[in-house]
Amino acid sequence: MSTLLTQIAMESTTSSDAVSMAGWLLIALPLAGAAILLLGGKATNSFGPAMATGLSWASFGLGVVALLQLAAVDPEQRSTHQVLFDWIPAGAFNLQAGLQIDTLSISFVMLITFVGSLIHVYSLGYMSHDPDKRRFFAYLNLFVASMLLLVLADSYLLLFVGWEGVGLASYLLIGFWNHNPAYATAANKAFWVNRVGDIGLALAISLMFATFGAVDFASVDAGVGGASSAALTAIGLLLLLGACGKSAQFPLQSWLGDAMAGPTPVSALIHAATMVTAGVYLVVRSHAIFEGAPNAQLAVAVVGAITLTYGAIVGCAKDDIKKALAASTMSQIGYMMLAAGLGPIGYAFAIFHLITHGFFKAGMFLGAGSVMHGMHDQVDMRRFGDLGKYMKITWITFGLGWLAILGVPPFSGFWSKDKIIEAAFVGEGWRPWVFGLAALLGAGVTAFYMSRLFFMTFHGKARWTDDPPQHPHESPLTMTVPMMVLAVGSAALGLILGPTNIFSNWLEPVTGHHEHHEPVIAVPVLMAATLILVALGAGLAWVRYGRDEVPVNAPAGNALTQAARKDLYQDDLNEAIFMWPGIKLVRSVIWTDNELVDGGAMGLGKLTGAASTRLRRLQNGYARSYALTMLAGVVTVLGALWVMN
Amino acid sequence: MENFPWLTVMMVVPLVGAALIAALPAAMAERAKELALAFSLATLAVGVGSVAQFDRNAISQFQLSEIHEWIPSFGVSYALGVDGISLTLILLALILTPVCILAAWHDVPEGGTREKNYFAWTLLLLTFMVGVFAATDVFLFYVFFEAMLIPVYFLIGGYGGPGRQAAALKFLLFSLAGGLVMLAAVIGLYFQGPGGKEGFLISNLTGLDIDPTVAKWLWVGFFIAFAVKAPMWPVHTWLPDAAGVAKPATATLLVGVLDKVGTYGMLRFCLQLFPEASKWATPVVIALAVVSIFYGAFAAIAQNDMMRLISYTSISHFGLIVLGIFAMTSVSGAGSTLYMINHGFSTAGLFLIAGMLIARHGSTKISDYGGWQRVTPILAGTFLISGLSSLALPGLSSFVSEVLVIIGTFSRYRGVASIAVLAIVLAAIYILWMYKRLMTGPKPDGVEAKDLNWREKWVVAPLIASFLILGVYPKPVLDVLNPAVQRVLTEVGVSDPVPVVPAAVSTGSEK
Repeated sequence: MSTLLTQIAMESTTSSDAVSMAGWLLIALPLAGAAILLLGGKATNSFGPAMATGLSWASFGLGVVALLQLAAVDPEQRSTHQVLFDWIPAGAFNLQAGLQIDTLSISFVMLITFVGSLIHVYSLGYMSHDPDKRRFFAYLNLFVASMLLLVLADSYLLLFVGWEGVGLASYLLIGFWNHNPAYATAANKAFWVNRVGDIGLALAISLMFATFGAVDFASVDAGVGGASSAALTAIGLLLLLGACGKSAQFPLQSWLGDAMAGPTPVSALIHAATMVTAGVYLVVRSHAIFEGAPNAQLAVAVVGAITLTYGAIVGCAKDDIKKALAASTMSQIGYMMLAAGLGPIGYAFAIFHLITHGFFKAGMFLGAGSVMHGMHDQVDMRRFGDLGKYMKITWITFGLGWLAILGVPPFSGFWSKDKIIEAAFVGEGWRPWVFGLAALLGAGVTAFYMSRLFFMTFHGKARWTDDPPQHPHESPLTMTVPMMVLAVGSAALGLILGPTNIFSNWLEPVTGHHEHHEPVIAVPVLMAATLILVALGAGLAWVRYGRDEVPVNAPAGNALTQAARKDLYQDDLNEAIFMWPGIKLVRSVIWTDNELVDGGAMGLGKLTGAASTRLRRLQNGYARSYALTMLAGVVTVLGALWVMN
Repeated sequence: MENFPWLTVMMVVPLVGAALIAALPAAMAERAKELALAFSLATLAVGVGSVAQFDRNAISQFQLSEIHEWIPSFGVSYALGVDGISLTLILLALILTPVCILAAWHDVPEGGTREKNYFAWTLLLLTFMVGVFAATDVFLFYVFFEAMLIPVYFLIGGYGGPGRQAAALKFLLFSLAGGLVMLAAVIGLYFQGPGGKEGFLISNLTGLDIDPTVAKWLWVGFFIAFAVKAPMWPVHTWLPDAAGVAKPATATLLVGVLDKVGTYGMLRFCLQLFPEASKWATPVVIALAVVSIFYGAFAAIAQNDMMRLISYTSISHFGLIVLGIFAMTSVSGAGSTLYMINHGFSTAGLFLIAGMLIARHGSTKISDYGGWQRVTPILAGTFLISGLSSLALPGLSSFVSEVLVIIGTFSRYRGVASIAVLAIVLAAIYILWMYKRLMTGPKPDGVEAKDLNWREKWVVAPLIASFLILGVYPKPVLDVLNPAVQRVLTEVGVSDPVPVVPAAVSTGSEK
């Protein structure tokens, strides 16, 4: 009990009033934007998109204020808990809605509002001719608000609200052009797979309540010390299931490729930079639980390692530029998951890579959108080629993102991804070798498929379709300026935050301090090996897709290529395991309902019916006969009572 | 205002309205709906007034009480009163009735006597709905319980779609069968009590020392009636038929309010009057509830008729409500009682907006639609919001109640809750798949339909407001429900499972 009290004492000292800014405004501004646009209808068509963009920037401005306020105080004071209102008082369950503003959440706030606002700006250009533009911006604002709620929430249940809120925004935006039935199906698939993950989150919350009697971060963290490792392992694995759904990690990754049905700014913001990284946030936010449950932590790392490999393999075979980028996203989040599963040594790098990835991947998605914009929405890279000449800005900005994801020094990915590879090689026994080699080889494969994508699109010979005739052109400034800003981030963010350890130190109040450990292979060797693999991957891609002719029709390919094109048969597997048995089950329920249950009940009913038919003959109608029955019943009862009395 | 008979007035106002409408000369028949709306709104006003008199910290179980001798020689009293649970259910009925009347504005286009009677029956139903929740005399409850069937029978049998006669009869026979069993139990219960002039009062029948075997039989008698009403598997089959052919407004009142008598009855009568028998039966009830959850969900997925689909979703949701009640924790109990309210509103949204769609295109078959988001965007949007509330999307009302049921049940029955939680995936499937088939896809050729008009927007607005308000700030309702739920649990003599780690620290769990 005394340890608990000291923990409580510690808890109260770490929470300060460092941030005086009203945190709820961060969420309320974009939420108000969504409400105004959806309720205001056509009247808001003229100013709606601009207003939505402005509100997103306003939220960013507030985020900066909060950031500066946090930065102004001592590191151990950099946490503010703001209680909003009594949310759910239900018997033994008593929860307030509140915001947790600390260095971790504010880092996300910066990423979400900055990249989010840039993508609002980009969408002003990209969606300018869409008749439903207003609805699009409403959903974007709804997304930003939900995502901010997700990262600012002070309890798992409030986080869950944001968690499903971003899922809703994702559903609405994937299906934004749902007049195409395939897109509507993709939206449903994303929601359903995410709901499978949500089972994990819902049960984790239930188990937290059963274990700790509370579901807010502070109480759970304080109670971890007293909980059994079995309970913590179960909670950890359930949280991981939730994270897998949201972050498209194995085995719940199948929805992300289809989610590319959404407009490209959506793919950039939701399905690359922010929402899909929420699973990583969840794991890092719950680090106290995972540290008390080594097996669950190991599971996180395993899932990350599998997914990073899986995504990389799939990425090599995709010809659709957005689907190749989606596979890459899955793989990069695998890196983050792996880092988060490595324990204290990995948390800061997981988040660091998440931030740099948010910049370079969003930038590349916007670049892909710019290419599609100039090429009549063509997405088949076999029909691109030589576009670098015609779309200089897109080429350069995309190129910076490409260098960043490859991990070429000094671009951002070098500082974040290489750190994860290093951290993966730390440890004892089989783990550093398995995780480290997965991360290392993954870097080489990443270099191959990203270079393949880059060369197929921007270099080589033009392989454009004639119908309609293509006149590739650069996109308007509303689109290219955000791309440039993100490209600057892709180039420089790592250099600014990485070598100085600013970012690791910044996160330390949340993720805790960790001792430095040497990897099982010396760091310089690792760096050299990584760079050599990257160079090999990129070189191979150049030979096959830059120098050599790229066939406009995909060659048959070997078995692995064919499997990778079909996402390693993930959908077929899901259909075989879940969908077909599910359909059979549904059919048998309906048969049972009609034949057995209703049949049995109606058999009884017919007996009664026969009786009432006799009454009906006397009384001309069901209702009267019924009324009579009732009256007779009441009279009988009263008579019986009277006799007994 | 202390002795003002709030509850009686809430029953008399719609009764007077019904009589007035029924007595209208044929020439003035088109005034019927306006009168009905006015009377239902007046009743709602009385209801709102009564809330101000309600003290959620009161010591006695029932408030706003009225007791008059009715048939003293048989121990029957005209006794009314409410606790938090019945008060909120009455308010649900009071709010939904004007909404339904507004939705039913053009339900009887032929007008005349038929139209008049339609609205008169609806108001009469409101009287009985208030009565059944307000009765604190078991016999009076039984009278209202059976009386409710009459207006519903005529509303379905007289005004429904094809197959209405058979569906109405099926509804009646199922209810009647359940009701008669309950009648036997009601009489049996009386003889276990103290008897006398007030022998049927709930307060006189609570905490009796009944022979366990007798108690079990009586419990079964009550439970069967409530299970039919709720409706639970396997006595649910009347519901899809009845709600499938009924007018959307009738279906809403039937599923949204009336069926709540089942789950309300389980709390008020099964649990409170027969605590030991309830514990004895818990494993069976929980098993039936879980079967209902999945059976309803799977059947919903398979439907091609939207009214039937929505009915089956309710069977699934009722399964969750029953599960929360019989898990017997303060958390799941609060969740279930809140769920009764939330389910009423979200089902109303689904039924009524589906009705608006059917009114435009004439078919209840989902396969006859597609692409309607491009035809009627507001209708589609509001339907989606109702659906999202039904699938318990956080931020909308059902989420709070569903998560409380799951969390509360989990604290006592981990395995059961872990299975029941799969319902959240199935709910997403039946709702979003229905939405996809109805609303998405290319704009249908040759279909011209106007989007929601002002009347319809006024139908939808209060429902969506309820999703948002109860979803974001459920505290006012929970504050009213909590003491009532706690009281029932205390009568049963159960206490909440204790958390493994005492973590009564910091922000969230203080107080």
